[in-house]
Amino acid sequence: MKTDDPHYVSILSMNDQGPAPEAAIVRDIIKHGAIVAPILIGLSALFWGANGAWSSAYGVVLVLGNFAVAAWMVSYTARISYALMMGATLFGYIFRLAVIAAAVFFVRNATWVELVPLCMTIVIVHVGLLFWEMRYISLSLAFPGLKPKHVASPTVQDSTSN
Amino acid sequence: MEALTRIAHASIRVAAELTPAEAKANAAAQMAGLAYGLAAIGPGIGIGMIFGKAIEAMARQPESAGMVRTTMFLGVAFTEALALIGFVAFILLKFA
Repeated sequence: MKTDDPHYVSILSMNDQGPAPEAAIVRDIIKHGAIVAPILIGLSALFWGANGAWSSAYGVVLVLGNFAVAAWMVSYTARISYALMMGATLFGYIFRLAVIAAAVFFVRNATWVELVPLCMTIVIVHVGLLFWEMRYISLSLAFPGLKPKHVASPTVQDSTSN
Repeated sequence: MEALTRIAHASIRVAAELTPAEAKANAAAQMAGLAYGLAAIGPGIGIGMIFGKAIEAMARQPESAGMVRTTMFLGVAFTEALALIGFVAFILLKFA
């Protein structure tokens, strides 16, 4: 570690003041979740009745809430320091897992809960929405988060400028 | 070592007093807890590695931080799915 180097910048002091791509991704995931949720709730209602539908809805809310909290933690702490972001997210992983465990544990004996549709919904919604979101991720320096909805072609730009 | 032996003897004494159904439920609960614990360790290591590499990448190339954060966030979410699957297996084994 070259602490005498005037150009040395510690990772502890580095942060990112730019737009947070996680927030945009999670907003998109929640939009997709709103599309998927009625289908899953309907299927659960078909197989497990009203209790299955309530359980499935609860599972969808848990998963979307988990995504939202994860994105908020990363984007909030990245503005302060990368080191804090790493710490917050690693402990956040334990925290969020514990919250999900507690949220399922405390309602497991409730009259409106069916454990099988609840658990199936948690896994299916989490993994399914992530795979769906992969289609909309850009991963380029110009668009680090989501793909742009519409990019004007150079020909169109040229013709409008002329 | 002596304490461990005492705990093991106590467990054997307790197990000897259980009915077969209780012993089966006891074993299922222990295995479910073990499965959940093992399922949480792997993603924990994975998330640590993802974040470590992401921080390294952002420190080397700060201009690519947005892209790295996107990849990191999705990687963490996919890794977390493994822990959720372990949790679901635990809940279903223990309570369903």
